Amino acid sequence: MKRHLSIAVLSLAAISAFAADDEFILTIKGHAFEPKELTVPAGKKIRLKVVNKDATAAEFESKALGREKLVPGNSVGIVNLGPLKPGRYAFVEEYHENDAAAQGTLIVK
Amino acid sequence: MFAAALIVFRESLEASLIISVMLAATRGIALRGRWVVAGVLAGLVGSAVVASSMEVIASLASGMGQELFNAAVLMLAIGMLAWHNIWMSVHGREMVAQVSNAARAVKDGSRNRSLVFIVVALAVLREGSETVLFLYGLASSGEEGLRSTLLGGFGGLASGALVGGLLYAGLLRIPLRWFFSITGVLVLLLAASMASQAARLLIQADLLPGLATPLWDTSDLLSQSSPLGTLLHGLIGYEAQPAGMQVVSYVSALLSIAGAMYWVSSRARTEAQPPLARHESNASSTLADLAPKT
Repeated sequence: MKRHLSIAVLSLAAISAFAADDEFILTIKGHAFEPKELTVPAGKKIRLKVVNKDATAAEFESKALGREKLVPGNSVGIVNLGPLKPGRYAFVEEYHENDAAAQGTLIVK
Repeated sequence: MFAAALIVFRESLEASLIISVMLAATRGIALRGRWVVAGVLAGLVGSAVVASSMEVIASLASGMGQELFNAAVLMLAIGMLAWHNIWMSVHGREMVAQVSNAARAVKDGSRNRSLVFIVVALAVLREGSETVLFLYGLASSGEEGLRSTLLGGFGGLASGALVGGLLYAGLLRIPLRWFFSITGVLVLLLAASMASQAARLLIQADLLPGLATPLWDTSDLLSQSSPLGTLLHGLIGYEAQPAGMQVVSYVSALLSIAGAMYWVSSRARTEAQPPLARHESNASSTLADLAPKT
């Protein structure tokens, strides 16, 4: 019984922790990021939903964030981030990283 | 065309460095070249399969399928590299003898060949599937013609292979006495660097804590996108901004594999010495020799 209770408490905690994650959306269309600058809160876990509206695959990459995520054409990729320190973190769409439109910044504050 | 060349170069470089190190590390094992080529081909076929099912893989494990798949591929490769190195810590001297005397074939070499086959196939698979998707996208988006994309892709691939070839040629110049010690260290560092990459993927999947992120930032000193940074990343797992957990994984893999190598080789040595009655006084002490013969 005690065990069941603790499992219930734990799973509840897990669910609430999950729900507490803030979600942010980053869209890729025509190999360009929208928005190019995204502001997110510092010190907590966030979920970045990378929505690829192009028919071709895209790769969200950020050396500063230590993230690399391949997002197939017309689909959504989830990138877990944080807790992050305040600052500016650059990211690119790796397949078009030399185009200014495929470069963006995550502003954490 | 240049974009295609650059991307394919970067992706193929990592696989090419792994192949060179493995090719050097198995010097003296008969037919290893064929197994490496078979590994590359299997990896390419696998890349195409993975690329075409990327949408399915990506949607698994509530969107974390890609991370888990790649982490699994990496961990399998780490296991193979560890096994290879432990095997070499017992058979190393025999290998030196084999290289200097081409007539002798190494016992048990066939098992090691299949390890190499798997490592090479996994390396090509991991880097290849992204390249396939990229080239497919580039070719089908019509931004550049198919021909120029393919041309760029081949250019990038050739350059990646060239760097690998240079590394291999360089390794071959190492005196035989030290050769397998040095390739052993390289294989060890490759395994540790894969452990760090696997940790990064598991952090991304939110299955491991990042610990301090980043633990250090040397991107001003040596950027990971610079040629030297890229090379060091491929060879020893250099990262300009690693998470603490990546460093923990790197060091743990390094210590546990090195520890296992030391333990296995010292055990083989002590067991090989005492019985004077034994006639197999081949300088080589293989585990097979130690098995009781009836």
